[in-house]
Amino acid sequence: MKRLVFTLPIVIVLVLGGFLLWGLNPGRNPSEIPSVLISQPVPQFQLASIEGVGVPGLSTDDVAQAGEVVVVNVFASWCVPCRAEHAVLTRLVRQDGVRLMGINYKDKPEDARRWLDDLGNPYERIGSDLDGRAGIEWGISGVPETFIVGADGLVLFRYVGPVTGPKAEAKFMQALEQAQAQAIESAAEPAQAMAESSS
Amino acid sequence: MTPEIGQFALSLALVLAVIQSILPMFGAARGNMLWMQSARSTALGQALFVAVAFAALMRSFIISDFTVVNVVENSNSLQPMLFKVAGTWGSHEGSLLLWVLILAIFGLGVALFGSNIPAALRARTLSVQAWISVGFLSFLLLTSNPFERVFPAPLDGTDLNPLLQDFGLAIHPPLLYFGYVGFSIVFSFAVAALIEGRVDAAWARWVRPWTLAAWISLTAGIALGSWWAYYELGWGGWWFWDPVENVSFMPWLLGTALLHSAIVTEKRGAFKSWTILLAILTFSLSLLGTFIVRSGVLTSVHAFAVDPERGFYILGLLGLSIGGSLALYAWRAPAMEGGGLFAPVSREAGLLINNLLLVVAAGIVLFGTLYPLILEAVTGDKISVGPPFFNASFIPVMLPLIFLMGIGPFLSWKRADLRGILQRLAVIAVISVLIALGSWYLTTGGPALAIISIALAIWLLLATAREWAMRIKLFNAPLAESLRRARNLPRAAHGMSLAHAGMAIAILGFVGSSAWKSEEIVFVTPGSSIHIAGFDVRFDGTERVPGPNYVADRGTLVVTKDGVPVTTLYPERRYYPVAQSTTTESAIRQTLAGDLYASLSTPAAEGATEGAWTLRILYEPLVNFIWIGSILLCFGGGLSLSDRRLRIGAPRPKAKTRKTQSAPLATPAE
Repeated sequence: MKRLVFTLPIVIVLVLGGFLLWGLNPGRNPSEIPSVLISQPVPQFQLASIEGVGVPGLSTDDVAQAGEVVVVNVFASWCVPCRAEHAVLTRLVRQDGVRLMGINYKDKPEDARRWLDDLGNPYERIGSDLDGRAGIEWGISGVPETFIVGADGLVLFRYVGPVTGPKAEAKFMQALEQAQAQAIESAAEPAQAMAESSS
Repeated sequence: MTPEIGQFALSLALVLAVIQSILPMFGAARGNMLWMQSARSTALGQALFVAVAFAALMRSFIISDFTVVNVVENSNSLQPMLFKVAGTWGSHEGSLLLWVLILAIFGLGVALFGSNIPAALRARTLSVQAWISVGFLSFLLLTSNPFERVFPAPLDGTDLNPLLQDFGLAIHPPLLYFGYVGFSIVFSFAVAALIEGRVDAAWARWVRPWTLAAWISLTAGIALGSWWAYYELGWGGWWFWDPVENVSFMPWLLGTALLHSAIVTEKRGAFKSWTILLAILTFSLSLLGTFIVRSGVLTSVHAFAVDPERGFYILGLLGLSIGGSLALYAWRAPAMEGGGLFAPVSREAGLLINNLLLVVAAGIVLFGTLYPLILEAVTGDKISVGPPFFNASFIPVMLPLIFLMGIGPFLSWKRADLRGILQRLAVIAVISVLIALGSWYLTTGGPALAIISIALAIWLLLATAREWAMRIKLFNAPLAESLRRARNLPRAAHGMSLAHAGMAIAILGFVGSSAWKSEEIVFVTPGSSIHIAGFDVRFDGTERVPGPNYVADRGTLVVTKDGVPVTTLYPERRYYPVAQSTTTESAIRQTLAGDLYASLSTPAAEGATEGAWTLRILYEPLVNFIWIGSILLCFGGGLSLSDRRLRIGAPRPKAKTRKTQSAPLATPAE
């Protein structure tokens, strides 16, 4: 029995060593964060609007049944990178006509309002996620995060952190273009099918 | 030519290390004095050759020799000289060379100053130290050669990572390394004792100065790293529970436990196998730190360039050294007889609880650090463990420890009179509670945990002062008598009081700056004004200022309090064109009451108003107490290290009998 106690340290160390060895697997990238939401339907949530901002609130149906590709951005006035990202998102909406919806995460309505007044509001709908429940449903790990939802209401892409800088923007734009191409394809299919059945 | 000399010197050091790892060990087993003595010369030679290699690398950095890959990647001809020198240990290869150098220096230390240690134990210790040397020297030469050349040489280097171009870098890594590589010698002592199968009071006394020296450096290194993150990196905090911070903190926790358990082994002959285990684990955690920083197993702000091959090599070294030593422990430790009976209320018991709490705390930190990896391996989920976990689990373990720290020094060996102690401390307890209630009132109901922590810090500070005053009979006897007593009190006792008081002061800083911190992040244009913690801060815009290898945007912030000018702060945003990156130089108004801390971030992007910036302003109350406390901790450790008892070694007559004993003990091994 006494001997067993003295072998305990080496047993623990061997177990930990096994995990460390596994951790060295060259295919593993610890800084990559996967999302369980990818290829899943938009999670259930229902958020009221921010008073005085002038755009309606946001719920599952608004995102899932938009009928085209929608970008959902989680932001907050207290988040510094969001400021930098705001300019990029605004450009996406103005130049590329992207449909952008916002989730205002754990933010005081008056702060959010002031922020949007200062910087401008590129969002077509904003849900006020005061208690962070919708954030949990979306599985966000921080603010900002940006999701691309396909026309069929499936979440296609998730970007953690601000979409700023050439690398991040290129990655995001590529995902967005793919989503849009997919939407056009699937829109063409039922039309074709209808055309076939009617003929 | 110099780099080749460096590489050659490293190879010679490896050869000497191989000899040293075998010859003295056999010498000790056969009682061959000459073989045992050889460790002295090989340790000297090893330290010399590694120092030559280190100097050769440093020279390449100083003269900006861009035929050396390491210099190209981590230096630039425009860099100030200090950072050229510091660049020597700014990369994986260079810092590993520093690691090996410190390893050799500690070996040399035992060879030179260990004359009071029995020859056999010293020879075995140096041999074990050489095993570690062989592992890391071969790692350096085989996978991470710092002297690799490149032809044709590039015209200029790619600059040292700008974040590292700071005075903090010049001293933080060397101090930290001195700390956790310093525990290698304690590890070697422990393994040598296991091989010899004997641990006694004298052993604990020989090990103590080395433990203390390593502990002081580690304390200083961690405090400096935290200071650096706070002042220079613009992170606006001093501790983030980042994996790499944690791996330096775990050896500190265990090293602290070791310092205390070694006292019991020295004074009472108890806790023998426990002290040995702590010595092994402390260095094991240092090795784990080296592995985590260099293998890329966990994400961290500190990681070096990652290479799986290196990861496998270090893991192999880890497996050999930790696995080997613990296997030896499992085999030999059960035979070590415990000694020294003690009552449930006694200094032994107090130190036992201290040890348990510190080990539990280290276990919590280890668990939190490795949990993401374990979870990912088992379920594939990726998570990160952050401050909420550590604050919720680590602090509750620390609070009782701080409470007991106040009582511990009053306890006598074997059996203590708890009632008498409590009577002495009753007044102090009342004062601490009153101060806590006062701060609760002043801060209009601050968080309960913070109030409790403040009460405990005050308790510790006063109890420590009381114990010290009692020892020198301050106010109880004429001043001259007290002074005489203070002079006669062992320096180790002064050191303990100072270190405990330092801990109390540091806790005030930890609590003040985390519980009552105010923070504002605002978008500013010239003329905007912010109100924070009673200060009014006006932003007057920025100007472009050139630096040696960067250009800076320097902001001007005029700080006033109730209309009275206080100071002007100049936070900077620096752009390093060669390395293509930017850093933040925060501006701080330091006072004992708290720091007003300002940093500027990227001008708000396109579309924003001209001259607009994101300004982050923090007020961190009491934060300087952390550094003051840390200085006291190191100073207390230093005082204890200078204690006469540690220099003269074991009492003479005892030492003599031991010498005559060691000869017959060595013969049966043949």
